[in-house]
Amino acid sequence: MQFKRQIADRLNGSWMIISLSTILVLPLVIGVGLYIKAAPLLEDVSLFSLIFSSEWAPSAGEFGFRPFIAGSVHVTLLSFLFTAPVCLLAAIYLTQFSTRTLVKIMHPVIDVLAGLPSVIYGVWGILIIVPLVAGIAAFFGTASSGYSVLSGGIVLAVMCIPYTLNMLIEVFNTVPSGLKEASLSLGATRWEAVKHVVIRGNYPGIISAFGLGIAKAFGETIAVMMVVGNVVKVPGSPFDAAYPLPALIANNYGEMLSIPMYDSALMFAALLLLMIILFINLFFRYLIHKTKRQ
Amino acid sequence: MKSPDIEMPESVVEILTPSVAGKPALKISNLNVHAGDHHILKNINLEIPENRITVLLGPSGCGKTTLLKCMNRLTDLYRELEVTGTITIGGDDILNSTTDIPALRQRMGLLSQRPYPLPVSIFKNVAYGLKLKGVRDKRLLAFSVEKHLREVGLWEEVKGRLNAPATSLSIGQQQRLCLARGLAVKPAIILADEPTSALDPTSSKIIENLFREIRKHYTIVLVTHVLRQAIRLADHVIFMHDGEIIEQGSPGELFENARSDKLRAYLIDGN
Repeated sequence: MQFKRQIADRLNGSWMIISLSTILVLPLVIGVGLYIKAAPLLEDVSLFSLIFSSEWAPSAGEFGFRPFIAGSVHVTLLSFLFTAPVCLLAAIYLTQFSTRTLVKIMHPVIDVLAGLPSVIYGVWGILIIVPLVAGIAAFFGTASSGYSVLSGGIVLAVMCIPYTLNMLIEVFNTVPSGLKEASLSLGATRWEAVKHVVIRGNYPGIISAFGLGIAKAFGETIAVMMVVGNVVKVPGSPFDAAYPLPALIANNYGEMLSIPMYDSALMFAALLLLMIILFINLFFRYLIHKTKRQ
Repeated sequence: MKSPDIEMPESVVEILTPSVAGKPALKISNLNVHAGDHHILKNINLEIPENRITVLLGPSGCGKTTLLKCMNRLTDLYRELEVTGTITIGGDDILNSTTDIPALRQRMGLLSQRPYPLPVSIFKNVAYGLKLKGVRDKRLLAFSVEKHLREVGLWEEVKGRLNAPATSLSIGQQQRLCLARGLAVKPAIILADEPTSALDPTSSKIIENLFREIRKHYTIVLVTHVLRQAIRLADHVIFMHDGEIIEQGSPGELFENARSDKLRAYLIDGN
């Protein structure tokens, strides 16, 4: 009996290590695979010109990814500008001020928003946001079809809100009530207590929630692709169309692969996306580490 | 406890000196607290004498903490609680809707069951309440921080690392820091909710000795279920059971001549 239990114990331990190793190795395998596929292009063209050139003419062998990188960055930053304040204020209200009934109503609403397929957000974007943005552009005297960075940013923000909001709620719920009571007992108003204890004490958690939100936004494909216009140029204003990296891959992979190097170029785009998301995660990890030390 | 060996400018003396005698004595009349159908505090009537340690004694769950939270209106945070009756300090009913709650809470320093240092440095923890009061003068803040850290016997231990996070202190030091932080806002009354329950015996003793020292300047309401602590510290005892006050009086009266069966049973169990 004792022997059997020891064997079972060892086996279970091994399975856990195998599962963990799979998770650890997976990004590495994907990264190496993409690199091997992108290698022919990298042998032909310098990395610098691939990243910084704006010339995109696959049939002429011109592969400049700057418009796509710029498109992704613009849409993501814009969505972050909308998401961050909304999520922060909503999470503070839900965890610190609202009634239990409201919290009970909000949780399923957030879950439904998080669970909606991104194509639905895309359709909603085309029907509501695109015409709205066209109207706003006209108001400012700019001609825009509405398929633009701004539309992409708004749709992406709405998609990221439940994700970031859920994380912030988790973070704020970890604040012990005794800490808030301590602040209030020293004469703080409720808002001062929230500012000094809930927000300031949770910088690492807030940064982490925003970081994961941005990384998710950067890689989001379908909904953005449906409303952003997909025009290969570096956007000059929020009303200009853009072409983010994930849209490039999704729109073209499997087609036009007869063009030499096109396959490699799309794999390079995927590799670039992976590296940028890795970089975003590392940057936010560094920020968290720094704020924790303070 | 040694007073600070520092010379203080005249202008800062007033703001650093605790207000004593006269005002603070607290009187509670017909206080009832309900949470839905649950009657938590039942018709509480009591008086807290000035510059004395009043011990609220009783088994866990008898309503001691709720009673304490009524005194600085922390009960406001719990929407389910319905509080009726009067609590008067210096003639003012603090349960009145017009009460300036932050100002009230600064008059009623709170020391909770376990220390909750704010997520800032040791210095900023003590300066926090003063900053909320609008004190910006750095010299005054530094004086106050040193004075109150000395008052709780922590100065020598932390003077070289005032900018370190408060959470880097041991739990006993953190509790003394929380007391210093509370004293810095010049409270009249200190509400201590089982302040030694998370501490080791040495740290508990330090806190108890501090209470004996500072009662000259402050009125202390101490919640405890530890009978021995009550015997060591109490000038006045209020014994509660199941949301009611069963007996109150001097320690001699209660501990030597308990009249009710509940208190007698509690005393037997506690010894």
